[in-house]
Amino acid sequence: MKIHEYQGKEIFRKFGMPVPRGIPAFSVDEAVKAARTLGGGVWVVKAQIHAGGRGKGGGVKVAKSLDEVKQRATEILGMQLVTHQTGPGGQKVRRLLVEEGADIRKELYVGMVVDRGTQRVALMASSEGGVDIEAVAANTPEKIRRVFIDPGTGLSVAEADDVARSIGVPEGSVPQARAVLLALYKAFRDTDASLAEINPLVVTGDGRVIALDAKLNFDSNALFRHPDIVEMRDLDEEDPAEIEASKFDLSYISLDGDIGCLVNGAGLAMATMDTIKLYGGEPANFLDVGGGATAEKVTEAFKIMLRHSGLKAILVNIFGGIMKCDTIAEGVVAASKAVSLKVPLVVRMKGTNEDLGRKILAESGLPIITANNMGEAAERVVAAARAN
Amino acid sequence: MAILVNKNTKVITQGITGKTGQFHTRMCREYANGRHCFVAGVNPKKAGEDFEGIPIYATVKEAKEATGATVSVIYVPPPFAAAAIDEAVDAGLDLVVCITEGIPVCDMIDTRFRMQGKKTLLLGPNCPGVITPDEIKIGIMPGHIHKPGRVGVVSRSGTLTYEAVGQLTELGLGQSTAVGIGGDPVNGLKHIDILKLFNDDPGTDAVVMIGEIGGGDEETAALWVKEHMQKPVVGFIAGVTAPPGKRMGHAGAIISGGKGTAQEKLAVMEACGIKVTRNPAEMGKLLEAALRQ
Repeated sequence: MKIHEYQGKEIFRKFGMPVPRGIPAFSVDEAVKAARTLGGGVWVVKAQIHAGGRGKGGGVKVAKSLDEVKQRATEILGMQLVTHQTGPGGQKVRRLLVEEGADIRKELYVGMVVDRGTQRVALMASSEGGVDIEAVAANTPEKIRRVFIDPGTGLSVAEADDVARSIGVPEGSVPQARAVLLALYKAFRDTDASLAEINPLVVTGDGRVIALDAKLNFDSNALFRHPDIVEMRDLDEEDPAEIEASKFDLSYISLDGDIGCLVNGAGLAMATMDTIKLYGGEPANFLDVGGGATAEKVTEAFKIMLRHSGLKAILVNIFGGIMKCDTIAEGVVAASKAVSLKVPLVVRMKGTNEDLGRKILAESGLPIITANNMGEAAERVVAAARAN
Repeated sequence: MAILVNKNTKVITQGITGKTGQFHTRMCREYANGRHCFVAGVNPKKAGEDFEGIPIYATVKEAKEATGATVSVIYVPPPFAAAAIDEAVDAGLDLVVCITEGIPVCDMIDTRFRMQGKKTLLLGPNCPGVITPDEIKIGIMPGHIHKPGRVGVVSRSGTLTYEAVGQLTELGLGQSTAVGIGGDPVNGLKHIDILKLFNDDPGTDAVVMIGEIGGGDEETAALWVKEHMQKPVVGFIAGVTAPPGKRMGHAGAIISGGKGTAQEKLAVMEACGIKVTRNPAEMGKLLEAALRQ
């Protein structure tokens, strides 16, 4: 689960990490009021969307008067902000963060993720802050310092100091940088984060170390023990089809193609998408109905797939194990009737009770195209989509 | 011959009294030698009772001492599953098979850290389990699609494993053991560990290795295969069409920071002498061809 920068900074504050004074705003008036409350003469107006690269896309602007705050807030609020992470359509800006300006001497990068190889939390730090860190990692990997944190002892003071010095924190500011790194690890573990990034972490003219940005993602498997974080969820930032699917315990992701696919199991679902592509088609979605698909679940899955504009055909690929093919066949027939399906439907069923399943499909009177294996199924659905 | 488990393995079921645990314990007991293999259940509140004749003990340690079991299978709900693994490790079992899906990653980091230096092997979590056809089935895979034979199968995903097994069986190629290592980012046995076991198993002639996007485990395994594997390995990686940054069902199936793409994995596997296919419908045929060479 993702949250906004201003929410991430609230969490940082709770863990004692220095962040700029700032107030979230949902309208232009609120933005001006926030600037007035903060005082001072320089403010930063920042678009709040769940994607990085906001500055480059024009979503972060400096203002030097209250009039300018108003002007900037008007420009940013409601804009379709396009960044390298939003896709070409961009994301509509509905929230702002107004912050006091900072006197930046140095911009650094600090991040934490779970490293699968070492099965530890990896701390990544770089002297190259404020830029696209993925580009730094690709072009100048030697500029990224990594520490794999011992789960028994946590990040040590010596490790933190060493990392701070290696990324160019001036000697006088090392204790502050150390405190930030130690607190970031504590925040990561205590909130069950899956990603924590500060880009940039800045050293100010007077030597203070401040988190100028905050990006936190959380492990969705651990949300049951973090009701306060669940409350920060912003449904406006998520795909409505994916939200709808999650209500029915369906794992769904929208893609750009025109062939819908409904599969049991994540690996088989990905493999099905790959096979469609291999035969020259483009999948419209990833959809894993899971192990216990019922007729109701299949019907909801059909409805969600059909929301996709320009859907030209559907492929159902089921490997019946514990789940029986006849149950799925009944679900597919019921769903096709319930949504009065207009696009061609190809079904491939294998495993437990597959003959019974095929019989149900054949006797339904529906124009269902069947296939014996994944390759045949993909070939037929691609042909059906082209003809439609 | 087989790897990890056979018809003489004695198994403890942790979470035997829950709905999932009950259902799958019945299925496993009905498969091959299951009646003799599934010897105990664990539930501290129901110690002294039994589940359809399988005695229930308060702890894994007691169950092990009473029955001589060396393996456990876990169906405990996610918030308590890591602690269940810890208990099995502390009891000194040889192998723990964790079926539970949805365990918090931080819990698994701590559990794996505590497992360092211990003899217990962990399969999963979030895996279908392990089966040695016509001997023993530990987990949630459909038993009837398997056939005893000499092909090893190792995979991160459940139904895709069944797909590969189904194709092999249809071609008349039986399996020595089929192992699902699970789709979580922090887990126990990896592709490389299972390949090592298959390499040493006189009952295995060739291996189907199935991976998916995310992480670098397939690459690590491929490099080991290049140096050490004495038997043909064929492979498939799911997720060529998966967009970066999107989690495809499994917690571990995500391309992040440009790493863990299917293309990258397939290229490394090919360079290491593993025959790969981009068409998952061809996994069985590819293995058949590799055996003929």
